[in-house]
Amino acid sequence: MNEQQGVGAKGQEDRRIRMVERTMRMYGNEPHALIETLHTIQESYGYIDTDLMRFVSEKLGVPLSKVYGVATFYHFFTLKPQGEHTCVVCTGTACYITGAKNIIDEIGKQYDIKPGETTSDNKLSLLTARCLGACGLAPAVVFDGVVAGKQNPESVNETIRRWFEK
Amino acid sequence: MMIAKKISQIQTLIIDGKEVGGRSDETILQVARENDIFIPTLCHLDGLSEYGGCRLCIVHVKGLPRLVPSCTTLVREGMEVTTNSEDIIEYRKGILSLLFAERNHVCSVCVSNGHCELQWLALKLGITHVEFPYIYPKMPVDATHDRFIADHNRCVLCGRCVRVCHEVEGAHTKDVMGRGITSRVITDLMNNWGESNTCTGCGKCVHVCPTGALSEKGKSVAEMEKRRQFLPYLKRMRERS
Repeated sequence: MNEQQGVGAKGQEDRRIRMVERTMRMYGNEPHALIETLHTIQESYGYIDTDLMRFVSEKLGVPLSKVYGVATFYHFFTLKPQGEHTCVVCTGTACYITGAKNIIDEIGKQYDIKPGETTSDNKLSLLTARCLGACGLAPAVVFDGVVAGKQNPESVNETIRRWFEK
Repeated sequence: MMIAKKISQIQTLIIDGKEVGGRSDETILQVARENDIFIPTLCHLDGLSEYGGCRLCIVHVKGLPRLVPSCTTLVREGMEVTTNSEDIIEYRKGILSLLFAERNHVCSVCVSNGHCELQWLALKLGITHVEFPYIYPKMPVDATHDRFIADHNRCVLCGRCVRVCHEVEGAHTKDVMGRGITSRVITDLMNNWGESNTCTGCGKCVHVCPTGALSEKGKSVAEMEKRRQFLPYLKRMRERS
């Protein structure tokens, strides 16, 4: 397949593809390595590209549609490149009833983005999570990988404004 | 595929006050149908694996704190099953109503009008109106395939097409993406159906689809009848070989 050659050629110059191959090998290139492999792709590339999905599908013997289904089921995986900064708002039950929606609406209003989108200047990505497991900190927001608890629209705005000032 | 046949025991149980018997590897649904007891189903189809997704076949088993799907619950000695109490019927109507509210099920302009399982079930359960507000999502129609059309407005996500493609045809071209309200049946990497390299064009998915979500091109409303008699046959022949 042409796609596979494309990824192969890229692999020689790309250290990241070796990380992906390493993960697959670690699990014996078996279909059950799918989620771990997608994790590696997400972490090393920052998003999951269709060519890589084809590559993984071929290597692990998992149908294309299944790879796509898994990649879109989990909120951790993103199919589009993310911005410089990411803001993940937890929309689990506890966070939702304590005002996660207000936070999302506020960010949406300020930066004109919906969950899953990135601002046009590539500075900020807004994402949502099902539940971070930090319900005692509700509503929780993750700023560039750091969890912050008991947030409100003002505090979130403040944190994001500081990113934009830099 | 070839599992040595285990010797199954005969279990006796009571369904709706009627004493019935079934093998220990049979589900409540199978035994009920053998005894002409009606339990509505949507995601279940003879010849496919059980999915337990639509929840229309829920029944009450004495001693269990919650309702169980009869399609995935095996019969046990001494079970007392109720299939059609008032509560259960109300729940089933609720489930069906939610399906109607979720997408755009407009029978009058649907190719499956008159041959639709969703429509038939609604009539059978006596749904005259839907109490929930309709969502009216903007769903795409994929008519890129030479012979088939996928209209996601009519899809109820029963997963029959996904299972038949994986289990019977072996292509696994179709799967479900996303979660919750954003779930959708996809072809490969959400590509157009007509551009799929994995689809064999066998059309099994079209014929197992309970609604007008998958249909054949060029068929009028009266003509679009689904034929599924091949499924139990294929299953039986494969088990034999």
